[in-house]
Amino acid sequence: MPDVLSIEHLTVSMHGRTILDDVSLTIRPGEFTGLIGSNGVGKTTLLRAILGLQRYESGSIAINGQPRTAQLDALGYVPQKISLDSDVPLRVIDFVTLGLDAERWGLRRRRRAQRDHVMATLESVGAAHLSTSRLSELSGGEQQRVFIAHALVRRPSLLLLDEPLANLDPRNVQEIVALLHRLSRDHQVAILLSAHEMNALLPFMDRVVYLTGGHCASGPTNEVVQTDVLSALYGHHVDVVQVHGRVFVIAEPNEATDNLPEHPTLTVR
Amino acid sequence: MHWLFEPGLFTSAPVRTALAVGTVAAVVSAVVGVFTILRGLAFAGHALTDVAATGGSGAVLVGASPLSGFLSGALIGAGAIAVSEGPESHHREIATGVVLSAATGLSALLLYLDATTTATTGVTQRVLFGSLFSTSASTVPLTVVLGTAVLVLTAVIARPLLLTSLSRELARARGIRVTLVSSAFLLIVAMAVGLSALTVGSLLSTALLVGPAAAAVRWTARIGRALLLASAIGVLSTWLGVVIAYDSYNWMPHQRSLPVGFSVVVVIVTVYLLSAMRTSGPRGDHRG
Amino acid sequence: MINAWEVGTIVAVVAGVVGFVVVLRRDVFAAHVIPNGAFAGAAGASVVGWSPLVSLTVAAVATALGISGLRRYGQRDATTALVLVLALAIGSAFLSQSTQNASAAYGLLFGEILGASSASVGPLLLLGAVCIVAVLSRWRALLLSAVTPDVARAKGVSQGRLDSGFLIVVALATTLTVPVVGALLVFSLMVGPAAAAQLLVARPGRAMALATGFSVSIMWLALVAAYATEWPVGFFVASLSTLVYLGARLVTHWRATPRRSTAPTSHHQPTGRSS
Repeated sequence: MPDVLSIEHLTVSMHGRTILDDVSLTIRPGEFTGLIGSNGVGKTTLLRAILGLQRYESGSIAINGQPRTAQLDALGYVPQKISLDSDVPLRVIDFVTLGLDAERWGLRRRRRAQRDHVMATLESVGAAHLSTSRLSELSGGEQQRVFIAHALVRRPSLLLLDEPLANLDPRNVQEIVALLHRLSRDHQVAILLSAHEMNALLPFMDRVVYLTGGHCASGPTNEVVQTDVLSALYGHHVDVVQVHGRVFVIAEPNEATDNLPEHPTLTVR
Repeated sequence: MHWLFEPGLFTSAPVRTALAVGTVAAVVSAVVGVFTILRGLAFAGHALTDVAATGGSGAVLVGASPLSGFLSGALIGAGAIAVSEGPESHHREIATGVVLSAATGLSALLLYLDATTTATTGVTQRVLFGSLFSTSASTVPLTVVLGTAVLVLTAVIARPLLLTSLSRELARARGIRVTLVSSAFLLIVAMAVGLSALTVGSLLSTALLVGPAAAAVRWTARIGRALLLASAIGVLSTWLGVVIAYDSYNWMPHQRSLPVGFSVVVVIVTVYLLSAMRTSGPRGDHRG
Repeated sequence: MINAWEVGTIVAVVAGVVGFVVVLRRDVFAAHVIPNGAFAGAAGASVVGWSPLVSLTVAAVATALGISGLRRYGQRDATTALVLVLALAIGSAFLSQSTQNASAAYGLLFGEILGASSASVGPLLLLGAVCIVAVLSRWRALLLSAVTPDVARAKGVSQGRLDSGFLIVVALATTLTVPVVGALLVFSLMVGPAAAAQLLVARPGRAMALATGFSVSIMWLALVAAYATEWPVGFFVASLSTLVYLGARLVTHWRATPRRSTAPTSHHQPTGRSS
């Protein structure tokens, strides 16, 4: 099976600055990948480049082995935030249904099977009870689930989430990550989500992609999340500890070295 | 019922024309209006009614048909706004304001030239406030045809328009041509507004575009129902306003009836206020 | 004739200052609606029996309060539009009941600077000073709430009261400006110069000075042109204001186009494309 996502030598510049320099990475079907990096390092830029929202100077991006334009259905996108006017006349179920056919011209013919499919998707994210609520009346966490449903409704091969955990309290963080992991298993969808802190993702991530200084380093979680590897990546001492059977990474908030170290486990590109 | 339906109301030809034309304008404006306020384009919609009126003044001056004047004015205005707002709508509010002020300045000149070169008086009032009662019956078929065209176009882009209105990024990621859809909608607004400004006047044109839609979305979260409800509110307000204006001939001192624009607007605003009070008081506005 | 210059200059300065904040707060629609409301009041003057200036002021302030009051209940632009249509509807009702002729209405809508009497300069100066002082005294709060409303709120600046207060200042500035440039074009003098200035200059103080410079220049040029051609002043004000704005957009566009000065490296082949 082809890789769900294959990025080769991607370079992105904005306003004269090189944001991403010769970045390469692959994601295999069903993999749960965390895109880790500090704020402003280029995580959003990378996601947007994959989605076709950002120009790139050189390199290639392939989805299921084909160019993006031939695989528009294969990507689902959950942006970080959408501001909504309180009067917007759209219910949750209508919004998720839009996820199926927003690009079609003309009016939609009602189909029973379509409605059932949308409700099933809402069920799987735990938002079925909200189906007739106004989109703008949802809480932040509820809105996020609905946006996940919207992105998931066409059963994409890859779900891209931009900083989904940024504004959530710890309990919600755990719930969302667990939800995403379950969805990934149930629907065979690969997940790429960006975050600046990896602890919440550790129990579920298959692969870590670490972004710093425009370069990225990636590897399987169990190999990357080791004290020596992370310390080399972050550029200063990092502890990897086990507490109650769970792994935690304890790092200083400020890091950023532009030079990625050589390390046997890491695929440094 | 005589107190409400004064004698001669339904036999009067101007009234019948007013009701027919007003109904079409109300329905078209309501449907386009729901999407207009969804996209926060109320200012642009109003600006286009004034730009359409400028086109109307220009038409009078060169002797062209008012309809061509109103429509071309509105379309040019929409084009100017679309071009100057930039790809991410950064400049939209300002661009709309500048287009409006340019058109109004031009209006000042055209009306001045109208007044000094032609014999028509009261052009100022007529063009700005219009008169539903003085629309001729011959415009009814054309109004229906154009109005239907606007509704059909709206139906065609409805789904991409909806998603684009919520999030340009989500829409773009789906391969929707956001700029195309946004510009197409501005042109639709221009056509709706050009049509209604001609038939019911600029004042009513804005009111019918914004009021019923703003009221309807308070009552329902389903877009289909919002469209129907807005149309119903628009049509009923127009009819009630026509009746009141006609009757006011007998109520007002000096035997001068109230302008129909006034009475329709009062009904629309009242309906909106009642709808606005329905929810629990003031709330924060997310999109300023 | 001399008087027209004095009056015009005062009006232009006030419009520049107030307009700057209008554009900063992106409240352009309100600046369009308030003068229209003022017009409705002036139209009602002969019906109600008040002096035109008084009813103009009362109507403008009432419109301002109507806008700031109603906008808490719904989407900003939609509620502002409804205030506009109500004000215009009332104005048209007054017009229908009054015996005023058409040219008086035209004067109200498009201005009659050439008819400004000498008695009006003193009060104009005072009113203008009030507007400018009001804006400058709440300068920081206005700036902060335009850029980051949440931070402003956290600092205890009541957004609702600031909004009402500022719109009342706009109403007073309108009262000043309507007799000169007319109800429909007040906002042209307020918006074009300020928008152009904000595009060209980043620092608020300097941008405001530039905006005022633009509006005064526009006013003077418009006066000259109006005297020469006998065409309405408002037309020249609006046209010049539009040209200034377009000029600023062009300049901004040229500035943003990157210059190709960096030496090419074999690395950066422009093979990429978006969407």
